[in-house]
Amino acid sequence: MPVITYREALNQALREEMARDDRVFLMGEEVGVYNGAYKVSKGLLEEFGEMRVVDTPITELGFAGVGVGAAMVGLRPIIEFMTWNFALLAIDQIVNAAAKMLYMSGGQYPMPMVFRGPNGAALQLSAQHSQAFESWLAHIPGLKVVTPGTPYDAKGLLKAAIRDDNPVIMLEGEMLYNNKGEVPEEEYIIPIGKAELKREGDHCSIITNGKMALVAMKAADQLAQEGIRVDVVDLRTVRPMDVEAIATSVRKTNRAVVLEEGWELAGIGAQVVDYVQRECFDHLDAPVVRVHQVDVPMPYAKALEKAAKPDLGKTIAAVKKVMYLE
Amino acid sequence: MAAKKKSDSAKLPGDAELRRELLHSMLLQRRFEEKVGEAYALGKIGGFCHLYIGQEAVSTGVLSMLRPDDYVITTYRDHGQALARGMTPRAIMAELFGRIDGCSRGKGGSMHLFDRNLNFLGGHGIVGGHVPVAAGVGFAIKYRGGDQVIVCFMGESVVNTGAFHEALNMAALWKLPCIFIIENNKYGMGTAVERAAAIQDLSRRADSYDGMDGEHVDGQDVFAVRDAMERALEISRRESKPVLLEIRTYRYMGHSMSDAVSGTYRTKAELDEYLKRDPINLLKARMMDAGDLTDADVAQMEQEIKAVVQDSWDFADASPEPPLEALYEDVLVDTTS
Ligand SMILES: Cc1ncc(C[n+]2csc(CCOP(=O)(O)OP(=O)(O)O)c2C)c(N)n1
Ligand SMILES: [Mg+2]
Repeated sequence: MPVITYREALNQALREEMARDDRVFLMGEEVGVYNGAYKVSKGLLEEFGEMRVVDTPITELGFAGVGVGAAMVGLRPIIEFMTWNFALLAIDQIVNAAAKMLYMSGGQYPMPMVFRGPNGAALQLSAQHSQAFESWLAHIPGLKVVTPGTPYDAKGLLKAAIRDDNPVIMLEGEMLYNNKGEVPEEEYIIPIGKAELKREGDHCSIITNGKMALVAMKAADQLAQEGIRVDVVDLRTVRPMDVEAIATSVRKTNRAVVLEEGWELAGIGAQVVDYVQRECFDHLDAPVVRVHQVDVPMPYAKALEKAAKPDLGKTIAAVKKVMYLE
Repeated sequence: MAAKKKSDSAKLPGDAELRRELLHSMLLQRRFEEKVGEAYALGKIGGFCHLYIGQEAVSTGVLSMLRPDDYVITTYRDHGQALARGMTPRAIMAELFGRIDGCSRGKGGSMHLFDRNLNFLGGHGIVGGHVPVAAGVGFAIKYRGGDQVIVCFMGESVVNTGAFHEALNMAALWKLPCIFIIENNKYGMGTAVERAAAIQDLSRRADSYDGMDGEHVDGQDVFAVRDAMERALEISRRESKPVLLEIRTYRYMGHSMSDAVSGTYRTKAELDEYLKRDPINLLKARMMDAGDLTDADVAQMEQEIKAVVQDSWDFADASPEPPLEALYEDVLVDTTS
């Protein structure tokens, strides 16, 4: 099976879906001539032309709204944000327009569109450029939110998002674009709303999503050497959430760690813990432990940044804690 | 005498049939909304409800110039435009009553009237938010190579939002067939335009964008509105370019149902002054002058409209509430392409 980068996987998905359906177009800052701020859209302008690969001014609220309007009358926009930090300027269009249009029109106006771009912390980008927005967006009925962690998931989920007739938010990992992984040549789609068991074990579950699934897998591999067998449930989609996958895993392992990139209060993990207590109360052998960013804006200094982020060490410690090993 | 009437009438634009339609459209909006006021007072209608009374020459003037395949998008003050676009009084009243036969199945209410069959893309509640959406519709028209236009109505407060600038900039940059219509009724809630905008001739906002025409128009004169629309359509439809019209008008009621008509931010004297240029009375007077219309004609039109409006009330009253299952419907669709 070919091994390609996360970036190339996204590029393939865009190219294939734009070739398949001429209502699909890509719009955002630097997506055309510059080939994408992260080079995700490399070569697409050449292939599809200016009407379908549209460079915008720095006008997030404006072009997110253009996407909404175009979707209302039958096109299938993909709106790229240079990063999700900048999408805050467009949050009115995402939350008040895209997510509400179908409902408040009594079913008359579906919104077949994708909002996508890099999310989460990279390295030393500090407070305004290092934020994970999963829980913000997952809070909103009328949206779907996907968070691929691997090249395989990135391609399959982006294709699903583009074909979906609802507004789909895709949070890509800003640190993941160069990561490599196997991606089959033949076409595939990953259904939105389905988690994947990325490691199998019966001692403890780590429930996580997106970029953090990579950390969880590493933790599982390392813990395996100590004889601790961990289930890694990568939610992949955080809205709707695959409650069944969470429950199945925790009923098997009786212990859970919830790992996320964002902050603690009202985080994705809080919702997972709620599902766990509802679905698995009688199966639990220990309180659930959460791992997340500490409750501060992201600092710049290296050591402080490391201390702020959830990571491998904190994840391993959490598993040991929930197993009463420390 | 007869000869005089005939020549005066010939001076009015359009034919007698069209002029009667314009009057009918405006009068229907007026009487419908008066009824809405009654229903609101009785608790049949809830929530925010913004009346359009005084501004009817704008909706009728603009929308009477459009083709059925053109698009319309507007704000929460949307009853008048919905009627002028051809939505039935029944569908609107049922929506205001929160009933299943409403144009948005009782899910939207006064601020969110939608009708896909009429390309009526909704009333929107976030000031300025729908203006980029209009640019997106213009983008889609261009993308498909069509010759439709989108008309985007907005209140004058919108010119102070970032969304307004972002949308007009893109529309001018990409040459989108968008007609942006500022309904300058002088107030955004209680804030007079002079206290909010650092420019008083709002049509000059168009000067910020190369290739965008802007003009201001007397919004109490339905013929002036139609003339301006004719020029706007010539540019927008033929040349695929955006146009900005500032249509100067006045609202005769409070901002919403909880707002007094006058007394806080505007005086009774000011209101009375503007009432002298009631767009319906102006049109009626001109038509009567021209011999187009008699008192008996007006009485008959009033009679007929009264019945239609009453029928919309009866229809809405008899329409069932949405079933509780509807609560969970239309959050998402379960289809893919
Ligand atoms: C972004 C935003 N801020 C505030 C409001 C509350 N609000 C609703 S209507 C309105 C006044 C708008 O005035 P204008 O644009 O002139 O339209 P008009 O009501 O006169 O038709 C305000 C402040 C809102 N709906 N959206
Ligand atoms: Mg106003």
